[in-house]
Amino acid sequence: MAWEIVVGIETHTQLLTRSKMFSGAPNAFGAAPNTQACAVDIALPGTLPVANRAAIEHAIRFGLAVNGRISPRSVFARKNYFYPDLPKGYQISQYEIPVVQGGTFRFFADKIEKSIRLTRAHLEEDAGKSLHENFSDVTGIDLNRAGTPLLEIVTEPELRGAKEAVAYARALHVLVVWIGICDGNMQEGSFRCDANVSVRKTGDEKLGTRCEIKNLNSFRFMEQAIEYEAARQIEVLEGGGSIVQQTRLYDADRNETRSMRSKEDVQDYRYFPDPDLLPLVISEQDIERVRASMPELPETKRAKLIEAGVPPAQANQITSDIELTRYTVSAIRDASRIATQTVSSLIVGPLSARLNQDNISIDKSKMSADQLRILAQRMEDGTLSGKLAKEIIDAAWAGEGNVDEIIEKRGLRQISDSGAIEKIVDEVLAANAKQVADYRAGKEKAFNSLVGQVMKRSQGKANPAQVNEVLRRKLTSA
Amino acid sequence: MLNSTVIELSDALAAKKVSSVELTRLYLDRIKGLNGQLNAFITVDEERSLAQARIADERRSRGEAGALTGVPVAHKDIYCTRGFRTTCGSKMLANFRSPYDAHVIERFNAAGAVLLGKTNMDEFAMGSSNETSHFGPVRNPWDPGRVPGGSSGGSAAAVAARMAPAATGTDTGGSIRQPAALCGISGLKPTYGVVSRYGMIAFASSLDQGGPMAKSAADLALLMNAMAGFDARDSTSLERPAEDYGRELKLDVAGLRIGLPKEYFAEGVDPEVLSRVREAIRWFESQGAETLEITLPNTGLAVPVYYVIAPAEASSNLSRFDGVRYGHRAKDYADLNDMYRRTRAEGFGTEVKRRIMIGTYVLSHGYYDAYYLQAQKVRRMIAKDFTEAFTRCDLIMGPTSPSTAFALGAKSDDPVQMYLNDIFTIPAPLAGLPGLSIPCGFDARGLPVGLQIMGNYFAEARMLGAAHRYQQATDWHLRAPNEAPL
Repeated sequence: MAWEIVVGIETHTQLLTRSKMFSGAPNAFGAAPNTQACAVDIALPGTLPVANRAAIEHAIRFGLAVNGRISPRSVFARKNYFYPDLPKGYQISQYEIPVVQGGTFRFFADKIEKSIRLTRAHLEEDAGKSLHENFSDVTGIDLNRAGTPLLEIVTEPELRGAKEAVAYARALHVLVVWIGICDGNMQEGSFRCDANVSVRKTGDEKLGTRCEIKNLNSFRFMEQAIEYEAARQIEVLEGGGSIVQQTRLYDADRNETRSMRSKEDVQDYRYFPDPDLLPLVISEQDIERVRASMPELPETKRAKLIEAGVPPAQANQITSDIELTRYTVSAIRDASRIATQTVSSLIVGPLSARLNQDNISIDKSKMSADQLRILAQRMEDGTLSGKLAKEIIDAAWAGEGNVDEIIEKRGLRQISDSGAIEKIVDEVLAANAKQVADYRAGKEKAFNSLVGQVMKRSQGKANPAQVNEVLRRKLTSA
Repeated sequence: MLNSTVIELSDALAAKKVSSVELTRLYLDRIKGLNGQLNAFITVDEERSLAQARIADERRSRGEAGALTGVPVAHKDIYCTRGFRTTCGSKMLANFRSPYDAHVIERFNAAGAVLLGKTNMDEFAMGSSNETSHFGPVRNPWDPGRVPGGSSGGSAAAVAARMAPAATGTDTGGSIRQPAALCGISGLKPTYGVVSRYGMIAFASSLDQGGPMAKSAADLALLMNAMAGFDARDSTSLERPAEDYGRELKLDVAGLRIGLPKEYFAEGVDPEVLSRVREAIRWFESQGAETLEITLPNTGLAVPVYYVIAPAEASSNLSRFDGVRYGHRAKDYADLNDMYRRTRAEGFGTEVKRRIMIGTYVLSHGYYDAYYLQAQKVRRMIAKDFTEAFTRCDLIMGPTSPSTAFALGAKSDDPVQMYLNDIFTIPAPLAGLPGLSIPCGFDARGLPVGLQIMGNYFAEARMLGAAHRYQQATDWHLRAPNEAPL
């Protein structure tokens, strides 16, 4: 029997703002406990919330990016429940009227473009943290996170399977970082997903009963959790049982989900409009002002890069990072289609490898976009063998100067002088009689080995095309 | 001196006839003498008050004094004050010291007023008799066997007994006007949003509004000039140009159109209260004001609507009192939920618990639409009644309270009877409108009667002007109770 796995994702995105959602306290991660919480955050008697304009602009920014409807008037509501890390005894959120309604989101899952509908995105404040480690008998409360602005982004249940859900979450992660509303730091909890998972027989119209898996803070865990949960549900159903709607927690150590609470224990949050806050009114001018400051979106940039000559797979990789995209756009400025391909190959190849090796982002690159363009030009005009690109980048990293200086200082100029190449080829043929014989006996592999020997002897400087040509000629003619 | 108005004290200070230290000492002694009997103050700190008075005197000697510099003012214990504890009349906050000052307190500090002490009140402002205070009931200076009204009962009694020349109060359903009426003083609830709620411990956010209590309307205007004004920390604070609330004190009442809602002159109102109110209205007529009968047809719905909305908001506003971060925490508990249960069971009094339960109920799933949403609809109808009425008249007058001060304990076992006492004061805050109560005579027992004057949004200056003209012609507001001899 074939089963279809249906997933909807809710993502809590911490918004990049200087201050908190409803107070002036700094919105910063990693400070000593309870040093980033002001009177409003710890809910002293008499304190009142004031909505953060920057957070509202971020919500508008997101709404525009996904083509959602920006509510001209949305309402902050109180979600009432008691918990020690919820100082007011209620969370200020949006309930009936969220700031962004609807929207569509396009992303690639397994190289196929998908489009899913978003239900809504609403503004709310984060709670503090309960700390159980380093305490015995008591729980520590850290209210630094209390009041941190969040945008909760909710999809329709239109994702099919764990891989597609993860592809969505990754693409959403790229987008929120791209438009500058979130730092995307998953270890610090800036981007946290809950997955609503249900299964149904392929072809069924009706959705199955869902379970919500809370707080998935890595893409790997998300995939594992959804896969585990779907398999669990299928096993229950195939065993003749039925799914109980519940909230479950993913335990990464055991790779399983466990029930947190069932629908029967669902709390009545007694939502009602927060009388301390006026309805959030967003005018056309507000929207236009934000629109004017929007960067081009990843999909637009991707199309432009492909049009300029960047291969699609490389364009995908580059446009997963706005800084990398900016760098690329700068490096391919005025370049031919061929040169553009060389540039993009350098970026996704040796340059990215070097950045990964140092675990730094492109804005910390020790080779500027201009220098990278020059590097590509030197490869195109035959000054430098492509095999030496990595060496040039490493030298630039070591501070040995610009590309041309490195080529000169290290004597890396490509040998394109046919006399010099013929001399090296003759030396190699003379020293490798066995390979020559092998080649003549029809072993093509031996040819590659001989090319390698020539390149090695030339310290990588020989023009590979010429080496091929000379070698082939000498082997067949003699 | 004790019987002087704020304006007279301000003049005396300016003329160097008295120093702020002397004046503060005078009132502190008066409090010392009477508070044991009346229980109007929860916290008095003589040293702290006198230190403020010395600073005020220095400021005056430097020529930097304003109208309120050096004038002692008592504050309802709902306003957060650095230095003085802030209890809100509750065991929950019996030892709470706020690390910050409420906006209203900042304003009085900036004006150089002396904080004379924190006045008693119904617990979390929930009550109409001051009997729900954890610190015991306040007694009415006109008859200590009777209540002073509530919830700003301590402030009203303090001004009436001349323990303070002026005080602040807050009004959610009548908590300034009703005690002002029952204690024979003047009290103003401004338009919602005129006085910042920052640092004023919330009861019902959409209704709460701070305001002044004093002997005369002219004093209220002076106090309003200090209290009112935009505050960015309160999202419901209104950003408007500063105004002088005393600008219409010379108002000519001739031609003033006074609406008399027939629902306010109906059965159930004490005939003596009605007589005194009618006499006051006749004075306005004698001065050329025009009176007309109007109707506020939804008046009868105001109390039920209020007792849905106010408890709903309160049930949520009071959730922060959980024993985790400050305030009372139960001593022994088994687990987190037990800690919450015991803390709140011990920390809150009966009336507060009753309202938390009502509020929780009306916001619950399945009841929200029938109660909370319905109440919001009716609330808009009540506001519309007033909007229509103010197309025909400039001010509305009627009784503040259907009766004069009742005996301690007379209604404390019957919440509904207690709630109905606020029938005439609840509509104005539901509509966000300003309301004023001034003394207009006494009943046969010698208990004060209050005349309520309501106006359109931002009509405070005009309301105070009308009240001031009346007070120029009468002396009800200057009468002091015999029970607290001067």
